[in-house]
Amino acid sequence: MTVFATLVLTFVYVPLVVVGVNSFNSDRTFGWPPPGFTTKWWEAALQAQGPRDALLTSVKAGLGATAIALVLGTLLALALSRYDFFGKHAVSILVVLPIALPGIVTGVALQSVIQNVLSPVFGIGAGLFTIIVGHATFCIVIAFNNVTARLRRLGGSLEQASADLGARPLTTFRRVTFPLLRSSLLAGALLAFALSFDEIVVTTFTAGPESQTLPIWIFNNLFRPNQAPVVNVVAVVLIVLSIIPVWLAQRLGGADAAESRL
Amino acid sequence: MRPRRGLAILLGPPMLWLVVVYLGALAVIFATAFWTTDPFTNLVVRTFTLENFRELLTPTYLGIIGRTLLIAVLVTVLCMVVAIPFAFFMARVAPRRLRGLLLAAVLVPLWASYLVKAYAWRTMLQPDGVIDSTFGATPGFGLAAVVLTLTYLWLPYMVLPVYAAFERLPESHLEASADLGGRPWTTFRRVVLPALLPAVAAGSVFTFSLSLGDYIAVQIVGGKLQVLGTAVLQNITLDLPFAAALGTASVVIMVLYLLAVRRTGALDNL
Repeated sequence: MTVFATLVLTFVYVPLVVVGVNSFNSDRTFGWPPPGFTTKWWEAALQAQGPRDALLTSVKAGLGATAIALVLGTLLALALSRYDFFGKHAVSILVVLPIALPGIVTGVALQSVIQNVLSPVFGIGAGLFTIIVGHATFCIVIAFNNVTARLRRLGGSLEQASADLGARPLTTFRRVTFPLLRSSLLAGALLAFALSFDEIVVTTFTAGPESQTLPIWIFNNLFRPNQAPVVNVVAVVLIVLSIIPVWLAQRLGGADAAESRL
Repeated sequence: MRPRRGLAILLGPPMLWLVVVYLGALAVIFATAFWTTDPFTNLVVRTFTLENFRELLTPTYLGIIGRTLLIAVLVTVLCMVVAIPFAFFMARVAPRRLRGLLLAAVLVPLWASYLVKAYAWRTMLQPDGVIDSTFGATPGFGLAAVVLTLTYLWLPYMVLPVYAAFERLPESHLEASADLGGRPWTTFRRVVLPALLPAVAAGSVFTFSLSLGDYIAVQIVGGKLQVLGTAVLQNITLDLPFAAALGTASVVIMVLYLLAVRRTGALDNL
């Protein structure tokens, strides 16, 4: 049993470690075992303009999508946790749909809207704005899950007490609900940002030729042999950058956060 | 009257977004699947036709759909085979203080970039790579590599719900079964399995759906392998209606799968 568990963990970690080691591999084509070690790929990557621009786009897209998802997800969580209404079940399925259906379908659908509606009618082409719209759509569920988990644990008694003491709904939200939700909102924001930062399936269809996110940059350069060492360094950076927000979210949200990806 | 207004304020903006942006886009793509493309101008012609779906039933595309299903099923089964014993170990065998650590150890890679993980397997599987120099051979890029990589990618989605199910299962139920004379196998079949089934089904929704729609990892480690996702990608610029029909096919498969899985109660577990 222990042997099996060790094997599974080895299976999980070896590929990630190999990418890390390869970023110092002096062999251009990553022959294994590495014939020698060098830091020149890291130096080259730090100076490259492509990854730097892509990183900036990724951060902007992540922040934009997170902000929208946080607002919409919280509203939805409050509505579904505190009210009973017709069609409640359908709404709770609708919010999961963007991550439950194959991403390529969402991507193709959004691309055809951009091509057929957004650019001819509104003059908005594929770019940072459309990336944010796409990411926000599937990030809503992350914020929603985090806030819902917290609301379920809190119950409604504190809000009722506030209402009994004469507070209006907005005052109750500002003075009671929001402070109680704060850490779960932060955890949700971090997880949504991480999801957006890493996304490539939908992004391929919503990003124009001008705006590349970091994953898109990697994918576009993946099959160019002379770029391989720099791609590998960027890959290591991406692993680290996508894990840090989650690690922080885990510490903040504890049990709620762990399950929110599902 | 008051509560209704509160509900409308809360529900309005998110529903507007999800219905307009998401359902609207989905509706457009499903409608497009019934249109066609002018072969000379490559422009979409908006007249109703079932031509795209007829083309899906030709041997070429049935083959692609079959291959995609095969990959999704193999990945789901492999994830189950690895995740069930591993989750059992985490929840029942490992010392209590190690459990949180083990869970984190499985969850962290879930969040490491999807793209980078697929890329990692490309460097592992390439000739002269880690697998080749350790075992003296490599499966190379193709179907086996795709199944292996996707299993790796989606494994945590299976481990997590199964672990939660094992964790929820009270020790007393197992003892009660043993006290009533149930042998280990009977206990497993009559007590553990019913508790496990919804969790496995919930995990399989992710492993199945994510494998069905994948086209990035397939391009990275699949060589020239054709699946639904890559077929959609190839048709999207020249024949959007047919790409839409392919996309619709994957949604139909997924909905059928969800309906089949719903009987187990898995959807309440998501």
